[in-house]
Amino acid sequence: MSADAAFEEPLLRLRRQIEELSAQESEPARQVEIDELREKLSKLSKEIYSNLTPWQKTLVARHPQRPYTLDYIAALFEDFTEVHGDRKFADDAALVAGFGRFHGQPCAIIGHQKGRNTKEKVIRNFGQPRPEGFRKALRVMKLAEKFNLPIFTLVDTQGAYPGLDAEERGQAEAIAVNLREMAALKVPVIVTIIGEGGSGGALAIGVGDRVIMLEHAVYSVISPEGCAAILWKNSAAAPEAAAAMKITAQDLKKIGVIDEIVSEPPGGAHSDPQQTVMLLDPFLERALHELQKIKPAQLPEERYKKFRKMGHYEK
Amino acid sequence: MAWFRKEKKPKEPTEKQVAIPEGLWLKCDECKEIVYRKEVEQNLSVCPKCGYHFRVGGRDRFQMLFDDGAYKEFATNIRSGDPLEFRDTKRYRDRLKVYEQRVGRGDAVLCAEGKLDGLNVVICAMEYDFMGGSMGSVVGEKVTVAIERCIDKREPLIIVSSSGGARMQEGILSLMQMAKISAALSQLAAACLPFISVLTDPTTGGVTASFAMLGDLNIAEPKALICFAGPRVIEQTIRQTLPEGFQRAEFLVEHGMVDLITPRADMKATLARFLHQFLNK
Ligand SMILES: [Zn+2]
Repeated sequence: MSADAAFEEPLLRLRRQIEELSAQESEPARQVEIDELREKLSKLSKEIYSNLTPWQKTLVARHPQRPYTLDYIAALFEDFTEVHGDRKFADDAALVAGFGRFHGQPCAIIGHQKGRNTKEKVIRNFGQPRPEGFRKALRVMKLAEKFNLPIFTLVDTQGAYPGLDAEERGQAEAIAVNLREMAALKVPVIVTIIGEGGSGGALAIGVGDRVIMLEHAVYSVISPEGCAAILWKNSAAAPEAAAAMKITAQDLKKIGVIDEIVSEPPGGAHSDPQQTVMLLDPFLERALHELQKIKPAQLPEERYKKFRKMGHYEK
Repeated sequence: MAWFRKEKKPKEPTEKQVAIPEGLWLKCDECKEIVYRKEVEQNLSVCPKCGYHFRVGGRDRFQMLFDDGAYKEFATNIRSGDPLEFRDTKRYRDRLKVYEQRVGRGDAVLCAEGKLDGLNVVICAMEYDFMGGSMGSVVGEKVTVAIERCIDKREPLIIVSSSGGARMQEGILSLMQMAKISAALSQLAAACLPFISVLTDPTTGGVTASFAMLGDLNIAEPKALICFAGPRVIEQTIRQTLPEGFQRAEFLVEHGMVDLITPRADMKATLARFLHQFLNK
């Protein structure tokens, strides 16, 4: 982890100690020591993670061990089969889409996918989709609508890919069309921000009836570094920009942009991916249950009302 | 004015912007010629020497597009708050005051209703001079109100875009305006009412990635910069210089993203022709 994430250091040290002791032959005295260290770790984790600054949350949201879309899919959905391609140009591995079941209910699942090692990162383009990724997402959403299946999306991207080829093929158009078409879908759309919600690339699969966010995820109009570079003329001011833009789940709930916050394990999602994924499950289940009570034709109307309200101005 | 014409010098690209004082003369951003301000203004703010389209404000657009320059503005009482109490090197609140004094109290978009070639239409025209035409809650609300008015009164919509993108000082709320306006446009589309998007220099970021690209027709002014990510951001990402003309209107037509390029002088006639045809009138 980068030097910026120094707040994690004491936790890493404790974890290492516990690991070392656990590797040794077990004896009662050592077990007591391990238990004490575990207790200490849990307490310290809670303390540190309940006082993260917006910038520290940004680093947690980008943590290389944080669960990614495919981890959630593997744990929460049965019978998942990925589908590929936008039928126009290519397949985009930065965004995965497919069909599966959620507690038995057939559904579509769509999410940004980052890579863990260098090779995967390149294949996944660091989770930054090109237009074909967004168009694939829309294709799958329309299919879901055709067969009256709910849609789950998982948001985790720094943003849409800012590259020459992406511009040539209409990055802006691809995002815009998704925003308009998602607004009109006659099936439930449940959005979860699992890590980074980066600008238009996040919103392009983010127009839903429910928007759920993990406790330490972030969601913003521009990255803190980008904002700092423009407004502070200094990308080192990213921590200030992160605080000023109000990008945390807690702030976004207050201003009405998200509906629910899912608690993460004491040391953040990456400290216990298994548990994190399970913590999200009941939120998805409840959202789906509520939305299935609404008539399909009524869903776009409700969704419009939800987004229609967003904003703050004086009259 | 031939005696005023300067010989073109090869060092031109590195030439620094020379500030020409407000007054009789104006320096063209494109050909660098010194031109008579009045002549430019009488020419719809298009350079008489090279055809460069200067940026124009919302009310100038209305003058150019509405019959006899007659129109009625609406949604004029919606003004920016400071939802995040945002402060960078300056307070957002203070920045807003400066722009309100300098440009007007309409934030970065003006909405008006009137006749275009005899048809009742609603036009939203962005004000680039107001914080780079950036889209925050006010732009989102005003454009949404305009779309709802079109649905209510069964009138076509024209939006003339000119924007640096989403307004960072309103954080996520600015991003949400993209969803809000696009959702409203989906209702307009369901009502089978025409929406023509006019893209002018520059149309970038969140404005391009929402309503500006969602026209039933997208019509651009010549050489307008139209993009999602700006050229500088892309150069930093791919670490190479971009080809000449990249992300200009002509490039977008070539890549199928814009229907046609229309010089300012023909814009009204072009809009009128399509609207009459779409409305079967
Ligand atoms: Zn000129």
